[in-house]
Amino acid sequence: MKRRDKKSSAAHSQTSGPDLREVSKILDFMEQHGLEEFEYENGTFHVRLRKAQSHASTAFRAAQPAPEIFASHPAASSADAPAPKPAASASEPGDENLHVVKSPIVGTFYSSPTPSADPFVRAGDRVDAGQVLCIIEAMKLMNEIESDVAGEVMRVFVENGQPVEYGEPLFAIHPSRKQ
Amino acid sequence: MFRKILIANRGEIALRVLCACQELGIQTVAVYSEADRNSLHVRFADEAVCIGPPRSSESYLNIPHVISAAEITNVDAIHPGYGFLSENANFAEVCEASHIAFIGPSPEVIRMMGEKDRARREMFAAGLPIIPGSPGVVPDEDTALKLADEIGYPVLVKAAEGGGGRGMRVVHKKDELISAFQTARNESQQAFGSANVYLERLIERPRHIEFQVIGDRFGNVKHLRERECSIQRRHQKIIEESPSPVLDAKTRDEMGARVAKALAKIGYSSAGTVEFLRDEASGDLYFIEVNARIQVEHPVTEMISGVDLVKAQIRLAAGEKLDDVIGKPRFHGHAIECRINAEDPETFAPSAGRITAFRVPGGPGIRVDTAVYSEAVVPPYYDSLVAKLIAFGDDRAEAIARMSRALDQFVIEGIKTSIPLHKKILEDPDFIAGRLDTHFLERYEVVTAR
Repeated sequence: MKRRDKKSSAAHSQTSGPDLREVSKILDFMEQHGLEEFEYENGTFHVRLRKAQSHASTAFRAAQPAPEIFASHPAASSADAPAPKPAASASEPGDENLHVVKSPIVGTFYSSPTPSADPFVRAGDRVDAGQVLCIIEAMKLMNEIESDVAGEVMRVFVENGQPVEYGEPLFAIHPSRKQ
Repeated sequence: MFRKILIANRGEIALRVLCACQELGIQTVAVYSEADRNSLHVRFADEAVCIGPPRSSESYLNIPHVISAAEITNVDAIHPGYGFLSENANFAEVCEASHIAFIGPSPEVIRMMGEKDRARREMFAAGLPIIPGSPGVVPDEDTALKLADEIGYPVLVKAAEGGGGRGMRVVHKKDELISAFQTARNESQQAFGSANVYLERLIERPRHIEFQVIGDRFGNVKHLRERECSIQRRHQKIIEESPSPVLDAKTRDEMGARVAKALAKIGYSSAGTVEFLRDEASGDLYFIEVNARIQVEHPVTEMISGVDLVKAQIRLAAGEKLDDVIGKPRFHGHAIECRINAEDPETFAPSAGRITAFRVPGGPGIRVDTAVYSEAVVPPYYDSLVAKLIAFGDDRAEAIARMSRALDQFVIEGIKTSIPLHKKILEDPDFIAGRLDTHFLERYEVVTAR
C-alpha cells in the first residue's frame, strides 16, 4: 500500500521525500562496486536499496527487475489510522525456494485469533497446507487465511493491525515435506 | 467538507476526480487493479490500495474490496466516477451502511433511473414527453402485436434494464415483429439478466440531445443546457458538443426548465444527464433515459458554462446549497469533444499496447483529459478510451478549427487510435453544416466494409 508524504509531490522532491537524483547516484555506485544492498540515513530521509536476484525463484520475483526502494516517511497526517508500511519487496536475497503467501483480499491483518491470544504462527514454525496463518478483517468479517503449502515459516512481512491490500505479501514459507 | 475521498475508478476519470479533490484540499485514495499499478492516478494520489487482479469483476467492480479499502484508509466519501459502480444502487447503499458518503444521487433515485421502463413512466408523470410506446414491459407476443399497431411502425423492441444498444431490435413491418421480439428478449436476458422488453416508435434520423443537470440535497435542481452527441458508433458516442447546432433558445429554455422541474420532483441530487431523441420532421424532443452519474463528455459543458462539475458534485455531496456552488453560470461559446480511443480508425478493432510517443496538443482553447503518458501501457482489460480532446471557441466554426488543428498536433505512437477518423469527421461538409443524426457514422462504415 502506498502512503505518500503530503508535502512531496510526484514531480518535485522536497527535503523529506526521496531525491531521485541522489538515489540514481547511489544505484550507479552500487553497480560499480558490485553491491547487493545499500542503506543510507540522513535525518528524516532513510533509503535502503536491495538488488533483486536475477536467479531467484519465479514465485518470488518482484514485478520489475529494478532494485526495490524502501523509503520511510514521517507519520501520516491523519492521526487515527496506523501508518501502513510500504509493501514489502517480494524478492529475498539468496536463492532459497520460497513460497510467498499473499493477501487475497483487502483489509486489516491480525496475527492472532483474539487480541490476547498468541499469534497463529511465528517465524520458524512448521505449518501444514490448510493451516490458518492469520486473520484478515474486511467489512467487520474475520477471514481466516490458510497456507497453501506445508513447510517452515521463514518470514512474516506484516505487523498485527496493519492494513493490507490485495496481493500484499504476508508470509514467506519454505515448502518441505511435513515430518 | 470531506477530509479524504476514495476514487472508485481508473483512467482519465480517476485523474479528473483527483484534480477536483486536490483543488479542494481533500486527501485522495486511489484503488487499482494489478494492471493499473503504474497508472497516473495511483502515482498522484496520497494513498493507493491494490484491490484485485486485472479483471474488473474482481477489482473495480468488487464491492467488498472497494469498501474495505475505504475502511482501512478511513475515508469520508467515495466518488464512483462513471461506469463501474457509479450506477449500482446496491453499492450506494453499502456506502451509506458503512457511513461513507456516496458522491452521487441517492440509492433510490439510482435504482429508479436504472430500471429504464420505470424511469420512463416516472419522467412522463413528472412532465417530460416520451416517445409513443408500450405503457410498460410487453409480456407476450400477442400484446406486442396489438401495441405495435397502436404505436405505429417502424417500432423498436428495447431491453427494459439495459443500455449501450444491447437487447434492441428494429421492426419495419408487422411480419418481422415476433422474431425480433424473441431475439431481443434473449439478448437482454444474456446481457442484463432480465428478458423484460418494451416497445416504442422508432424515430428515424434522430439527433441525440442531452441536458446536463445538477442538484443539491435540499431539492434544488438546475440544468446547464444541452449537449449534442449524435456522432455515435453502435451507440457509443465519439464526438460531443455544446450547444447543439440545431436547438433554438426557446426550445432549450423550455425543455431545460421542464427537465429541472421533473428531476426536482423525484428528489434528484448530484450531477446527471437527461437524454432525448429529437425527431427531425417535427423538431420534437422525446425523453429516453437518465444517466445518474457524471458523464464522459462533461468537459464540454464545463467549457461553455464555467462550472467545474466534479468539484460541484463533491461540494453538493458535502451538503452545500446549489446556488452557493454553481451561482449563476454565464454561458458562452462552443465546445467540442473527441473521444480518442485505442482502436483501428477503420476496422475499430481494439489496439492495446505500449505507447512509445505521446505529445499532447496545446494552444488557445484546447483541453486534454487523459491518464495516458509516454511509455504507458494501454491494458486490454478495460475500455479503449485513451484521451478526451476538447476544443473551445467563441463559436462553432472556431471550435472546429481549433479541434482540427489540435488533432493534427496530437502525437500518439505505439498503438492505433481513432484520430484519423475524427479528422475525417471534422472535415465532413455535413458535420461542418451541423447536419447530424445518429446514423451519421454509417457513411464511414459502408465505405470500409469489404
